[in-house]
Amino acid sequence: MTGFLQNTFNGLVSGAFYALLALGLAVIFGMLRVVNFAHGAFYMLGAFGAYVLLSEAGVPFWAALVIMPLGLGLLGMALERAVIHWLTRLDPLYNFLLTFGLTLILQDLVKSRYGVQSSPYATPSALSGSVDFGLFDFPAYRVFILGFAVLVCVAVWWVLTRTRVGMVVRAATERPELTPAFGINVGRWVTPVFGFGIALAGLAGVLAAPMRAVNPLMGADLIIVVFAVVVIGGLGSIFGSVAAGFGIGLVQAWGEAYLSDFPIVSQTIVFVVMAVVLLWRPAGLFGREEAPA
Amino acid sequence: MTSTVDTPEKAGRPAHRSGLVAAARAPRWIRYALLAVGLAAALWLPNGLYPAVAVDILCWALFAVAVDLLLGFTGLMSFGHAAFWGASAYVTGLVAIHAGLPFPVAVLAGALAAALLAVPIGYLAVKRTGIYFAMVTLAFAQMVYYVANEWRSVTQGENGLQGVPRALFGLDLTDDYYFYYAILPIVLLGLAAAWRIVHSPFGRVLVGIRDNPARARALGYPVHRYKLTAFVLSGFIAGLGGGLFAVGHRFVSLDVLHWTTSGKAVIVVVLGGIGTLWGAVLGAALVVRLEDWLSFSGFEAIGLVTGGIFVLVVLLFRRGIWGSAVVLARRWLARRHR
Repeated sequence: MTGFLQNTFNGLVSGAFYALLALGLAVIFGMLRVVNFAHGAFYMLGAFGAYVLLSEAGVPFWAALVIMPLGLGLLGMALERAVIHWLTRLDPLYNFLLTFGLTLILQDLVKSRYGVQSSPYATPSALSGSVDFGLFDFPAYRVFILGFAVLVCVAVWWVLTRTRVGMVVRAATERPELTPAFGINVGRWVTPVFGFGIALAGLAGVLAAPMRAVNPLMGADLIIVVFAVVVIGGLGSIFGSVAAGFGIGLVQAWGEAYLSDFPIVSQTIVFVVMAVVLLWRPAGLFGREEAPA
Repeated sequence: MTSTVDTPEKAGRPAHRSGLVAAARAPRWIRYALLAVGLAAALWLPNGLYPAVAVDILCWALFAVAVDLLLGFTGLMSFGHAAFWGASAYVTGLVAIHAGLPFPVAVLAGALAAALLAVPIGYLAVKRTGIYFAMVTLAFAQMVYYVANEWRSVTQGENGLQGVPRALFGLDLTDDYYFYYAILPIVLLGLAAAWRIVHSPFGRVLVGIRDNPARARALGYPVHRYKLTAFVLSGFIAGLGGGLFAVGHRFVSLDVLHWTTSGKAVIVVVLGGIGTLWGAVLGAALVVRLEDWLSFSGFEAIGLVTGGIFVLVVLLFRRGIWGSAVVLARRWLARRHR
């Protein structure tokens, strides 16, 4: 029982990263019809930025947790204005290719400056211990990640459902042709929403820095798993992306714990789940049916 | 949101318009002249370049044509074709090492294995279209990568398969120069097969599906089955390329399955011109030559260059080289006829 709870908790923690990244992808896709391949690169930049800030300027974790998302959000907005913006009227495949190219560039920029080896990042001292839950105890930092990620998801949900900009984003996601016809200026929100999605990726990166190996390639492999996650959840559905993120984290952790004789399982289980979902509900668990093709 | 995905003609893919239509319209003498020039260039290639680079160009030409068969003529962007290229490379390597068969047989085995792998992946992937298709194929290719990475008893994991032989009835093919001419017929057969597919009634249906899937379905064509068939054929041709690549390098590493390999294949096609088989070949030659030149001149951050090419091509040059050339040529012909 204790073991099960521990595995479940660890699954939720890694699910938190999937959820934050999938959430960013989903709001960006909803608003711009852009599947941002560079999302993983921005996650990597968040972690790397935190590492560089600490090692070269002595900026602590808590400051990095604010600085990096803000900075990357601004960088994302600049990129949206500079390049992505020009392709949003075309087939989404073009922006997928564009952001793929950006990923290669960002990765190699970091690689050529810092090499490919992983850099350690110390857990902030306030969170270095563990939290006692009676039957078992968890590392305090992981408890913090989970709580923080849930908080962020709830805050985003609140913004999406209770504020005007949230309404615009949801309307644009669900009825992209109809929303501007009501006289809503969707274009005004495109750049900020893109920046916001990037900021979420950067935030996930900073959170990952003390827990995972910080290296230039950390985002690339992750983003492909997140793609599978959003296919499972249904990319058009913001809630679905978050739910699938936590769900996949759980499934992976359980697979790793109870099928440990087959190390391949924990790496591939997400793709197996994706295959099953494609068979059963091609539009994703929470997605709406595509027009038949 | 689905309308942009399902009707590419609305979404502005200029290059699509050029390939097939232009090929059908170009005067016969131009087509024969092009074929002659292409064959002459293929025969000359290892005399003008390092033969090893020329071999790579042939392999990548097959790979790119396979991707273009889907992207240009079926309207499906596979971002996971490294799965077929790489799976064939591994199977070819294993067959050549353990069975000691002549390399064309090993390559054929590899390509068949790739086609076999393309059946389940394609079956699942064609359930989605557009950007989702790209994400699904990318994800499945990553799964194949993880499996190859973990299955060390067979794939040797990170060490890769070493010492893939170039056996062919006792001929000495260790020199890349002669090896090039040994594989050229296989590559030309693969390219001819792609050309034949595109210009067959089957290929016309694929283009119809690309341009208007709903209409194709209304006309009674089983759209999913056509897409799956195209996917498997494409997997086979990519597998031919991957198998030859394995024999050419006498070595198979995990790189052949990496997502960057899939992405590179797509950009080769876009650079050459989507929906133009010639363009795919030309793009392969350019990208392989460029990467060889970069690594030869000691430039390490190749990703900066390939990424930069990606960004520039997608932003400024979406018709690609061949697509642009076709547009110019058509304009010139139209002026002459007036």
